[in-house]
Amino acid sequence: MKILVCITHVPDTTSKIAFSDNNTKFDSTNVQYIIGPYEDYAISKAVDLKSSNNAHVTVLNVGKSESDPSLRRALAIGADEAIRIDADPMDTFFVATQIASHVKGETYDLILMGRESIDFNGGIVHSLVGQMLGIPAFSPVMQLEINDSKVKMTREIEGGKEYLETSLPLIAGCQEPIAEWKIPNMRGIMTARTKPFEVVEAYDSETRSRNKNFELPKEKGGIQLIDPDEVEKLHELLRNEAKVI
Amino acid sequence: MSIIVFLEKEGSNIRNTSLEAISYGSELSKKVNAKVVCVVFGALESSEGEKTGLYGCDKLIHVNDQAFDQAVINVYAHALNDIMNNESGDIFITAQSALADPIAAKIAVLQNASIATNVSELPDLNTEFSVSRSIYSGKAFENLILASPKKIISIKRNAIGLIENQKSASIEISDLKLNPDLIDAEITGTDRTTGMILLPEADIVVSAGRGMKGPENWGMVEELAEELGAAIGCSKPVSDVGWRPHHEHVGQTGIKVAPNLYIAIGISGAIQHLAGVSSSKVIVVINNDPEAPFFKNADYGIVGDAFEVVPKLIEVIRQNK
Repeated sequence: MKILVCITHVPDTTSKIAFSDNNTKFDSTNVQYIIGPYEDYAISKAVDLKSSNNAHVTVLNVGKSESDPSLRRALAIGADEAIRIDADPMDTFFVATQIASHVKGETYDLILMGRESIDFNGGIVHSLVGQMLGIPAFSPVMQLEINDSKVKMTREIEGGKEYLETSLPLIAGCQEPIAEWKIPNMRGIMTARTKPFEVVEAYDSETRSRNKNFELPKEKGGIQLIDPDEVEKLHELLRNEAKVI
Repeated sequence: MSIIVFLEKEGSNIRNTSLEAISYGSELSKKVNAKVVCVVFGALESSEGEKTGLYGCDKLIHVNDQAFDQAVINVYAHALNDIMNNESGDIFITAQSALADPIAAKIAVLQNASIATNVSELPDLNTEFSVSRSIYSGKAFENLILASPKKIISIKRNAIGLIENQKSASIEISDLKLNPDLIDAEITGTDRTTGMILLPEADIVVSAGRGMKGPENWGMVEELAEELGAAIGCSKPVSDVGWRPHHEHVGQTGIKVAPNLYIAIGISGAIQHLAGVSSSKVIVVINNDPEAPFFKNADYGIVGDAFEVVPKLIEVIRQNK
């Protein structure tokens, strides 16, 4: 069984977000980069399937060399080989086309991604790639069981869950609790150094959108504190000042 | 040209978020001079058609093959794509959901369209067609130019709110049938809490965290939510330890909410939680720790013991009904 895991290389969830160059560039000063948390689930699930389904796991990123530490980390967690498509991830369409173009030349049974990247929060690359290739795509997947080529999945929907059955090949956008998060151990870190790591040229692709600029949310005007013995005042303010109840 | 709006249902009623999508389509139609064509599938309450007119629907296409009520994403995507072609649709609008966003993505591929999800305002048409979308999990916005002639837009809750634009929606019953060749998975079941207000739909959200000390203490949270007609949320640690189900987890890696009122009880306000609630209009924080970071990001706050404050608040709301 061949598995592809697509990962993002994104600012840590605790990062303070700021922009430079007249709000046209992300300011990466003092920002720690990580594998997207949802893709941590995807890698962990793939590594689980290595032992249970004898899978071979390739990890893929569309990005420049800054992403290499994240790919190395994925190898250290247990992926067998890494591929970086050497391109700036321009827009969702561009990224999806890069992934689809790579997949076309291969024979993956399962493609795992995160439910969304935590930088641009598009949450649609899995569906775009699925439609481009004619492969079923589902997200966010909370449970995934594979028996031969039969798949049972649990997908989160508003207010609950949906149970699905389909067959491979399949694309799944992962989220908790699909697998226990894995962290690299010393042996993993050592062996990662000798695993195949390929950098390939970007495929020809258009973009269909482009960034004009960024904005930060308006700051809150400051808090009004209410005495715990005057709860009725909170009710009064919510009703007559904020007009929300 | 026309603007196609996909309407999602809860049972046989149109979801509030979809009504907002009609308002969005209707406001946009004033700028681009287009007809607003809404599409709904499956069983539908008879009064719902009229309701779509209230928010500015010109024509409602009701695909009443009830097989669609159990359909998978791929089936909807192709049916909507066909309708978009038949109606000369240039813009497709939907309210964000677990069903709608994948549909939107598939239609974008089929239509060679630009796509934006997480959209938080009406498009800006001044120079080029651009939309503001929420990024970095609510910590920022990007203005994104949609460069292709066709555009697919998935809006966030409260992007513009419900705006009335009374029109007399003509209702067309479509005899479009579900195409079984498009079924790429079988839905074998669903497990949903019924009778509760959905978190992404709610005008008010009451959320609680570790300060509640244990799942057995959620009674008053539920009571407060019921009094306010609110949905219930929780912080990540609470869903991680299983005190509450995962679909109630509000935050960067959970549900991002945008209600009119968000009440946080016993939640300290880690940056990951704040990211999920930053689009809320008004935030109330109840916490016994005056240093809780949430107080810096709230509109109203009470520094006090939730076990005393919340029952009092329930009492006050009851007295004032």
